[in-house]
Amino acid sequence: MSTHRPQELQALVLAITARLRDQPGPLLEVLHGVQDALGFVPGEAVPLIARELNLSRAEVHGVVSFYRWFRSTPPGRHVLRVCRGEACQSMGARALEAHALATLGIDCGQTTADGAISLEPVYCLGNCACAPAVMLDGELRGRVTREDLDALLESWGAGQ
Amino acid sequence: MTPRVYVPRDAGALSLGADDVVTAIERQARRERLPLHIVRNGSRGLYWLEPLVEVDAGRGRIAYGPVRAVDVPGLFRAGFLQGAPHALHLGAIEGHPWLASQQRLTFGRVGREDPLSLESYVRQGGYAGLHRALELGPEATVRELTASGLRGRGGAAFPAGVKWHTAREQAAAVKYVVCNADEGDSGTFADRMLMEGDPFALIEGMTIAGVTVGASRGYVYLRAEYPHARRSLGAAIEVLRRAGRLGSDLLGSGRDFDIDVRVGAGAYVCGEETSMLESLEGRRGEVQVRPPLPAVKGLFGAPTVVNNVVTLATVPVVLARGAEFYRGYGRAGSHGTLPIQLGGNVRRPGLIERAFDLTVRELLEDYGGGSATARPIRAVQIGGPLGAFLPASQFDTPLDYETLAAMGAVLGHGGVVAFDDTVDMVERVRETLRFCAHESCGKCAPCRIGSVRGEELVERIRRGFDRERDLALLAELCDTLEHGSLCGLGGMTPFPVRSALRHFPGDFRGTR
Repeated sequence: MSTHRPQELQALVLAITARLRDQPGPLLEVLHGVQDALGFVPGEAVPLIARELNLSRAEVHGVVSFYRWFRSTPPGRHVLRVCRGEACQSMGARALEAHALATLGIDCGQTTADGAISLEPVYCLGNCACAPAVMLDGELRGRVTREDLDALLESWGAGQ
Repeated sequence: MTPRVYVPRDAGALSLGADDVVTAIERQARRERLPLHIVRNGSRGLYWLEPLVEVDAGRGRIAYGPVRAVDVPGLFRAGFLQGAPHALHLGAIEGHPWLASQQRLTFGRVGREDPLSLESYVRQGGYAGLHRALELGPEATVRELTASGLRGRGGAAFPAGVKWHTAREQAAAVKYVVCNADEGDSGTFADRMLMEGDPFALIEGMTIAGVTVGASRGYVYLRAEYPHARRSLGAAIEVLRRAGRLGSDLLGSGRDFDIDVRVGAGAYVCGEETSMLESLEGRRGEVQVRPPLPAVKGLFGAPTVVNNVVTLATVPVVLARGAEFYRGYGRAGSHGTLPIQLGGNVRRPGLIERAFDLTVRELLEDYGGGSATARPIRAVQIGGPLGAFLPASQFDTPLDYETLAAMGAVLGHGGVVAFDDTVDMVERVRETLRFCAHESCGKCAPCRIGSVRGEELVERIRRGFDRERDLALLAELCDTLEHGSLCGLGGMTPFPVRSALRHFPGDFRGTR
């Protein structure tokens, strides 16, 4: 994902800005477009986006850094989001998160050394009636047990 | 008739394997050469029974649940396609006391049919609200909405009719309708269920708002954490555009209205309306000083109606059945119905729509069935991460706006989260402050800095060095946050903190 050459990156960003620039207030849409395509918003994309949308680089950077959804570094091949909402916590989500982190040997918000898995916190996935909940690359899971998580991480090639 | 088999496509049901159940049913049906028709409905909201499969062989719908893919061959053997007995057999779900005792007005259709079938939407009363609004005309529509007593269900509980009235009065060529679908309060999922289970109702509500206030453009500001809702809304919009129910000259009325979905980016504070409008314009979601009110000067400087998903999806009901009908539910100040979201540590969590007539205890016991862990419920948090904690001694409190406000609590978006007696209230308070620090937009110093200092204070209190001094300092910090913040993030962080300190003092003094 991070191996895009400068020309490729430029072409990709320009295609996205060209598609969205006539919408009112398009910056978030553009950033979503870039992140959907690349998995993150590379620093090199910021001046290009700024130029195309007639914004300052500071404005674009300020928006990228304000919103936690946008990443400035590539994620792992898989992203695991463990819910930190109250309902999930009342059903043991914190212990689940600690278990996942210990298995992966990383801290929250980090990616395993082999680039396989990133673990990110999320405040509520809206699955409070099926707690604890996690999201795996956009797929929601509910009533997740430690065993479920072990099986999943193993299938993703992590841990032991 | 060919049996119809209903398997929800709601994200909660999917999170428990609903798609695997569909695959298993299709495979088994092929193997046994049995014809059937699968319908992907929304969720009925009885989440402990999800995936909840219903079968209709011509004699009414019979439910089975919770169904796992491995249960499917056994269900076929038992003859579930004809509604035969089985260990998972539940009978007619609409007769289930958990559901039959509710007053489902806003959620009346959710869970019944394919939410993307316009034909079944109309058959179930869809678009009657818009037709009535077009008959009445804008002024009478606003009057109807005001008379219904409907208050914003997103948390602020502001009378919906007043907002619409203000936006309608503005002389402007361009106006907007914005649906706040940034359901960030943890413990809440009514917006999600509705967008997935009855998206046409939300869009009809927005359309009524558009033709009433004179806006031809609407946006749904949807949180990024809801990919399923994004797909269902996108598909629903396409269906309606093709059917001429979004776009120009709606239903021959001469009015234009169309909507787009804009996706947020993981900022809780964007649920606050001024910050949400900033975000919609492509900027950092920083809170803005009011006035001007969005209804006067909102999105791109134009008059803007901002309502939450549940509020907008309730508008068609109010118009179709009339203000008197809706107002007949509930009590003074809390008219109509409230979709309560019961989650966390209870045996039977889910969506309970009632006319503001339940106490916390009735909710936890009659609906929730007690804790999932079979331990006493020690505390509930009502109204999201910044709502107050109620101890067991307050469980007879009725869930309505006025009663909760009078005791320093909030109903918010109607989320109720239960904790059993293993809950550590010091940790809960620390989580509250950590959440505030994590989500602060940075505009106001008390929220940006106070939340971080508060978290440090809680750690010191836990260690017990000069505890009384630190507890007094924490109380003072709460006052500063309450009075020195522009929006509810900093302003409401004191709610859970103070209530925990007041009702669970032993936790903070190591004497529990």
